[in-house]
Amino acid sequence: MSNLNQNISSGHGEHADSLLRFMTCGSVDDGKSTLIGRLLFDTKTILADTLNQIERTSKKRGMEAVDLSLLTDGLQAEREQGITIDVAYRYFSTGTRKYIIADSPGHEQYTRNMVTAASTANLAIILIDARRGVLTQTRRHSFLAKLVGIPHLVVAINKMDLIDHDRAVFDRICGEYRAFADEIGLGDVRFIPMSALNGDNIVDRGEAMSWYTGPTLLEILETAPAAHTEQAEAFRFPVQYVCRPQASDNPDLHDYRGFMGRVESGSVKVGDRVTALPSGQSSIVKRIELGAVSLPEAIHEQSVSILLEDEIDVSRGDMLVPSDEQPVVSKDIEGMVCWFSETPLSPARTYLVRHTTRTSKAKIAAIDYRVDVNTLAQEPVTSLAMNDIARIRLRLAQPLAVDPYADNRATGAFIVIDESTNNTVGAGMIVSTGAGATAA
Amino acid sequence: MSTLTRQTLSHLDWLEAEAIHILREVAGQCERPVLLFSGGKDSICLLRLAEKAFRPARFPFPLMHIDTGHNYREVVDFRDKRAAELGERLIVRSVEDSMKRGTVVLKSADEPRNKHQSVTLLESIAEFEFDCCIGGARRDEEKARAKERIMSFRDEFGQWDPKNQRPELWNLYNARAHRGENIRAFPISNWTEMDVWQYIEREGLELPSIYFAHQRDVVMRGGAMMPVNVPLADGSVINVPRPGEAVENRLVRFRTVGDITCTAPVESDADSVTKIVIETATTTITERGATRLDDQTSEASMEQRKKEGYF
Repeated sequence: MSNLNQNISSGHGEHADSLLRFMTCGSVDDGKSTLIGRLLFDTKTILADTLNQIERTSKKRGMEAVDLSLLTDGLQAEREQGITIDVAYRYFSTGTRKYIIADSPGHEQYTRNMVTAASTANLAIILIDARRGVLTQTRRHSFLAKLVGIPHLVVAINKMDLIDHDRAVFDRICGEYRAFADEIGLGDVRFIPMSALNGDNIVDRGEAMSWYTGPTLLEILETAPAAHTEQAEAFRFPVQYVCRPQASDNPDLHDYRGFMGRVESGSVKVGDRVTALPSGQSSIVKRIELGAVSLPEAIHEQSVSILLEDEIDVSRGDMLVPSDEQPVVSKDIEGMVCWFSETPLSPARTYLVRHTTRTSKAKIAAIDYRVDVNTLAQEPVTSLAMNDIARIRLRLAQPLAVDPYADNRATGAFIVIDESTNNTVGAGMIVSTGAGATAA
Repeated sequence: MSTLTRQTLSHLDWLEAEAIHILREVAGQCERPVLLFSGGKDSICLLRLAEKAFRPARFPFPLMHIDTGHNYREVVDFRDKRAAELGERLIVRSVEDSMKRGTVVLKSADEPRNKHQSVTLLESIAEFEFDCCIGGARRDEEKARAKERIMSFRDEFGQWDPKNQRPELWNLYNARAHRGENIRAFPISNWTEMDVWQYIEREGLELPSIYFAHQRDVVMRGGAMMPVNVPLADGSVINVPRPGEAVENRLVRFRTVGDITCTAPVESDADSVTKIVIETATTTITERGATRLDDQTSEASMEQRKKEGYF
């Protein structure tokens, strides 16, 4: 091994910065592509050759000014059909922060794409066309953001230039949205009047809306908490892989057993007492390693290896948790599921459920109801079609160590896999555990 | 529960942790994975990430390079040296062997061979029955990549179907595939060119010398700089200047290393990683725009190649 333990930066180039993942919800008509193009352009992310290319395309399409929305122009397959088919990921950085944008299309398969984009986002920008106000689509996007647990929402009231930057219209839309937000229990919501076309209140403030004294979009992004939650979460460490370098010619390593994984929540220190689930055996953390470096502590989102004092049986799919803060271990779970597949969910079939690093066979015990994402009404159904969202109950072949999704995004989430195609056909968020649970 | 100001990872630490997690998911879910190592900067980062993911054990996969036969000697030498230092198994499969078998047919002898790597890659996957190939592709490179999954499914013909990708949520990666099908795993999907250089600097990673400023004979061809009279490992010389082309000796470096016939250098006096980080921060040309002549043929050429099984 070369210099694996010389993990020290010379200090050049690397900022001690953080990373924020956010998503944009809205259709092309709301100016979503223009907004993203504007963010990339005004933060100087766009390089000259790309700009030249979109200038040429703009001219070819008969436009006078450069169309920034072309920066997010998609695949050939999409241009041919005039649709956006999938979530695209885009990147920019400001010197204080790196950003990952999940750009989710508004029309086609909106639920599937939005839920996918939302699953890794800590902030969502919901676009509203100032001329049209709060629409059904706005309610749908907000409901999905709430469902997937995005902690921070920014309502971007766009195209203010088309309504003479009228403050009264902005205030009316804010009021309308707030009433709806209260109804579904949305937490942190902020409003910005903007013109993506002219770049007002995105990176630069502009002069057209001097009556608005709140932060620009970039100011909100720069200061939004990077962590998914500010609440203390219990330590959860799903084991991905067990490191046993027995074949090594170093005799010191013959008894080495490192449990490799990512700290999905909370933190762990050397000396902490941990329990392996579902077996329930416990031990003390002897060492925490990252590469060849020993760490005193591992924090949320860090990928490490954990070595224990005692030889207990732990393998992929098991979870290390604090002995005094254990999740529920259960073969019965209840949750909200979003169905992605063109083949409807069949209660007669057996599926695979993937939860953290564990995969189990699962049967659908019941479909309690489907939610109409436009009206939020609950309807009885016997099957689920693509883009349906429903409350269901699952019976599992193996016990899972779960927390409610509202408390813990990592141990509350699961995906559903169709064994015949191996496709991911659904995603779920655990609300509670059913009968047969063993409380910690 | 108490409210507190969370300790969070720096962006580079976060990207590193994500990549290690992805590598371990490959090891945990796949039976016969392989890591594609070209000797280029992105796959050099992958090797460091694999060290952090799996040491003190050996890697749970071999390394493989699909050699076009059009590689800079410096890069090939570096590839072999690095694999030996790590003590890991390196498999090399060559586009020229596919040409001999007749499965790759060139339109002309000096045609760029990047796109023909797909054929050799698929042949190698079949030969070793690999169920997952780990690669160093990044989403910021190109728009066909921006929509690619971290675990990307390929059918039995190695094809990518952009309209029918598996939804990928949270960090629950689905690397399941039937026999003959294949997963491509991209641990540094979320990295930008800048992140790669910052990581190389922070980790003190060694690179092939052609990434740094050096004197080189070039001609200007089709608006781009073309390196000429490049010696290959077998002693032959490639990219002979055409009649009438003026050969100039310039101070250049490569931002990306690939097929000699279609990878252009950029003018630069950056002779250290730190200087490259600074240059990357102030450049006005994208990585592929500056250097990959094969991507300029059509706006959709990467998308097309990926559908055909390219990495």
